[in-house]
Amino acid sequence: MISEPFAIGDSLLHRADPAVKITGALLLTLIIAVSSSLATPVAGLVLGLMLAAGARLPLGPLYKRLLAVNLFILLLWITLPLTGGGEAITPLGPLDLSSRGIELALLITFKTNGIVLILTALTATSSILEIGHSLERLHLPHKLILLLLTTYRYLGLIEQEYQRLRRSAALRCFSTSTNLHTYRTYGYLIGMTLIRSYDRSRRIHKAMLMRGFQGHFPLLALQATRPADLLLLLFFLACGTGLALLPVFW
Amino acid sequence: MECVKSPCSLELRDITFSYPGHQQPVFSGLDFQLCNEKIGLVGDNGSGKTTLLQIMVGLLKPDAGKIIFNGRVMENEKDFFRLRRKVGMLFQNAEDQLFCPSVLEDVAFGPLNLGQSQEEAREISISTLKRVGLSGYENRITHRLSGGEKRLVSLATVLAMEPSILLMDEPTNDLDHDGRHRLLDILTGLDQAFLLISHDWDFLAQLCNGFYGLDHGRLLKSDTLQVHQHRHAHPLGEQGHHHDHSK
Repeated sequence: MISEPFAIGDSLLHRADPAVKITGALLLTLIIAVSSSLATPVAGLVLGLMLAAGARLPLGPLYKRLLAVNLFILLLWITLPLTGGGEAITPLGPLDLSSRGIELALLITFKTNGIVLILTALTATSSILEIGHSLERLHLPHKLILLLLTTYRYLGLIEQEYQRLRRSAALRCFSTSTNLHTYRTYGYLIGMTLIRSYDRSRRIHKAMLMRGFQGHFPLLALQATRPADLLLLLFFLACGTGLALLPVFW
Repeated sequence: MECVKSPCSLELRDITFSYPGHQQPVFSGLDFQLCNEKIGLVGDNGSGKTTLLQIMVGLLKPDAGKIIFNGRVMENEKDFFRLRRKVGMLFQNAEDQLFCPSVLEDVAFGPLNLGQSQEEAREISISTLKRVGLSGYENRITHRLSGGEKRLVSLATVLAMEPSILLMDEPTNDLDHDGRHRLLDILTGLDQAFLLISHDWDFLAQLCNGFYGLDHGRLLKSDTLQVHQHRHAHPLGEQGHHHDHSK
């Protein structure tokens, strides 16, 4: 089941048009991702923190999300300073501690955290339903949006079906171990889940045909862009320009 | 049997159907006509009730025979598209019928497909939800509804298309006592012709004015409804139900 811990709230960012937020998030994260100087990612991280505070994101889930990301970053900190090349600061056993490696690790850390914060504050504050609709308004391919929305609708159900099969296996004293019986049983479980999902998709297609489906999935308009949203778009544009020009003046 | 006065009729003529890989056909030479009636259909599991409904609306293609809607033989998918604008079907599993993320979108899907504008579709969806007693459910997430709520939303998605014939496949499944009562009230108020599959005899008896049984691929009409009163004891007496003998 997909939980959307950040989607509920009534901050300014929650109420803003998701299409504008997605555009802003794309612009800002792209600029941060491709920058090679440290100034832009640092400013991006500050902006991300400000947006997260502005959206009044719940701290618990936010920490969890950042922790997951930074575990990967930790791996980079273990390897990059020793393998980054460039000027050696001090020898560490057979390896050298490299300044270039440390700089790179620092850059990636700022970039990643800034991007995660911006994406969380701007896109996770809309429900997947709203995001789907906004992508439609941004003229993304209709089929992709349909995939997103139906996946969202049916993922939980497919998981339920899988769990039901697992429970029925467990009720007949199935326990996992490293043997052929376990592999075969898991093969059956996955196979049955696939078959059931396929059968279900056929039934859903029939239900859609019964309601006049002819290949085009109409979406009921949810939001429209308001003047306040245009102001927000201007704000994102200004931030983007600032971030892009920062290394020039730093 | 002609039904001239009826504004809308759906007829099966000499239908033969078998599933691929099965020797025994489900139907051979089956005839059926639905005019302005409210028909109840009973039959054992696997007797082909659901198959019959799907043949009627072109979701399954018969090996032989004709489907005639309002005097016209339905031949291709385009014909059936026109038929489906007028014939609504309530599926056995509400989970299959509700494929949109939110309730309002699901109800609006049909009207939008029929070419209504966004405003019209929104309006008719809201009023249909009100009709089935689900006002205020518009923005609820479909997959988080209870079983009974899903069933009623499914009914709303069909009614929003304003069909002149309704086909319902075991609509009382997974409904509790209250849900069943609500569904009964809503269906009693319908003026459409319908074909209702159910194992729930009492439910059929209260709604239908004609009954068919499906047995070994044959439809048997049964016009007589025998009403009898009975008394029975329940465990859990403090939560017992009451029989309404005035009806």
